Amino acid sequence: MKLSSGAIRLVIPAASLAVLLAAVFYMQPRAMSYTGLNLLFNLAVPIALATIAQMLIMSVNDLDLSMGTFVSFTACVTATFLQSSPAIGILILAGAIAAYAALGVIIHVRQLPSIVVTLGMSFVWGGLAVLLLPSPGGAAPGWVRWIMTAKPPLVPVAIVASVIIAASTHLLVMRSSLGVLIRGVGGNQRSVERAGWSIVWLRAAAYAMAGFFAVLAGIALVGLTTSADANIALRYTLLSIAGVILGGGEFVGGRVSPIGAVIGALTLTLAGSFLSFMRISPDWQIGAQGAILIVVLALRLFLNRLEKREKNR
Amino acid sequence: MTIKKMLLASIALAFVAAPISASAETADKRIALSNNYAGNSWRQAMLTSWDKITKEAVNEGTVAAADAFTTAENQATEQAAQIQNLILQGYDAIVVNAASPTALNGAIKEACDAGIVVVSFDGIVTEPCAWRIAVDFKAMGESQIEYLAKKMPEGGNLLEIRGLAGVSVDDEIHAGIQAGVEKNPQFKIVGSVNGDWAQDVAQRAVAGILPSLPEIAAVVTQGGDGYGAAQAFAAANRPMPTIVMGNREDELRWWKEQKDANGYETMSVSIAPGVSTLAFWVAQQILDGKDVKKDLTVPFLRIDQENLEANLESTEKGGVANVEYSLEDAQKVIGADM
Repeated sequence: MKLSSGAIRLVIPAASLAVLLAAVFYMQPRAMSYTGLNLLFNLAVPIALATIAQMLIMSVNDLDLSMGTFVSFTACVTATFLQSSPAIGILILAGAIAAYAALGVIIHVRQLPSIVVTLGMSFVWGGLAVLLLPSPGGAAPGWVRWIMTAKPPLVPVAIVASVIIAASTHLLVMRSSLGVLIRGVGGNQRSVERAGWSIVWLRAAAYAMAGFFAVLAGIALVGLTTSADANIALRYTLLSIAGVILGGGEFVGGRVSPIGAVIGALTLTLAGSFLSFMRISPDWQIGAQGAILIVVLALRLFLNRLEKREKNR
Repeated sequence: MTIKKMLLASIALAFVAAPISASAETADKRIALSNNYAGNSWRQAMLTSWDKITKEAVNEGTVAAADAFTTAENQATEQAAQIQNLILQGYDAIVVNAASPTALNGAIKEACDAGIVVVSFDGIVTEPCAWRIAVDFKAMGESQIEYLAKKMPEGGNLLEIRGLAGVSVDDEIHAGIQAGVEKNPQFKIVGSVNGDWAQDVAQRAVAGILPSLPEIAAVVTQGGDGYGAAQAFAAANRPMPTIVMGNREDELRWWKEQKDANGYETMSVSIAPGVSTLAFWVAQQILDGKDVKKDLTVPFLRIDQENLEANLESTEKGGVANVEYSLEDAQKVIGADM
């Protein structure tokens, strides 16, 4: 049986996740339980959602450097307005998604580099977050907390959530016609345009969907932490980009994989736990995390080359 | 005969075992330190103190292990993940210096639900199931005015150097100073600047406000800013006021120089980085089954004219004056708050 190139792309992230998981289980057998798995992976759920958001932006050949501050901002909204007056909270979050769609339009119409626009927006989101919560605080809405701490039978909620996120975004991005068009913008914008589609609207749709998943990331994060502060998710910018790449996505060409992105986010989270179980000193941990990334990426390059050689033959 | 031998042996064994069993309640317990930041002299001293005291405790068999973990980045999400890992590693107690008072509450709750004792100190957490060892920063501010009231009963103008705006510690020390001034109306705060707990920032800020100020009798501070203030006064050729210091080595050294040269008098107050060891003993006591109140206050470390030399000698260059706590100190703190 011949594997499709998409499946081959998924092999490396899935295999690296499995290897890391086996290593963690070996070092810490306690993790091999319902609560253990939940503790290992529950903080990966918001990262996975942010990674999906980043992936949508990357599928139209853009990059979002405001992901971390935007998720922090939505976390602050969740811990304040969404909790005290849900109607206003939903309105603000909807407004934030609309702002994302507008960003997509501006970037396209004015032909601006997305990196510059989103970098600028990161200060706007950061400022708004500080305005909302000048000092750490707020509280998670009851229903959010309930979802994130739910105890479904057999499989912990962190795994259930990851599977749902992967499956639904796979349908949305890989199977729906909108998803195909958005990836088409990344792959060959001109041919999509010639076929009669409006690139502006497609880009706006991609950005709006990204905003939607980033909002979900903020809500999920507050569900886990029970409260927010303005700097809570700053790391998510780089984590989300690393997650997409780790999961087999690429910076250009509309080549992305939602299932891979979720696996990438889980792998990144697990790598942190792995290093902590190894008792590696914190001075080396960031470096070691980078080393894991490089090893996985090197493996992928190697596979890509194999794939090309197969094609040439 | 054999029975007699067995009896003797068991008695001997009982004697040998007795001293160990005094602390055997926690001999198999493992305590972890979860720390969010290690990038300044205070935190380094905190980790060194932890290392020193807990190593002794482990060697004596009081606890089985006391490992310190510091997150690679000062982020609440990182520390939450770290705490969840510590739960998985099966520690019996986790001592936390938290990156955020609220954002770790989810992870802390998970730890409590797993039956783990959580003790937070310095950067405390609000989750009700955790213990808190807080510093009474308000009393620390008030003590400065009380000292000044004793030293100069006639009162005078004060310059207040505050810390980093928007941080709760700054608000609390400031509230203490305000309360002190209200009680001693002979003092008047004529100026206030933010020194950000850093000598260079404090020096700039004080130099900027000095020309607009009348004669200053004393400067009330928050620590880490006294030396900078002194430099600013000296540069402006103004009479040197009584500057309350904050236990930093450069402040103490300057104070010593002035004391030797012209009998300069002041006091110095801050919290000791060794508070991590107090948290360690409190966690050990809780594991030992002691009934400990959820909110404890740690005494702050004060240096006066008489013990300046001794404290300066024991403080590392560029460091902070420190004390490490013993089991007895911890029991005293627990007892005082009961």
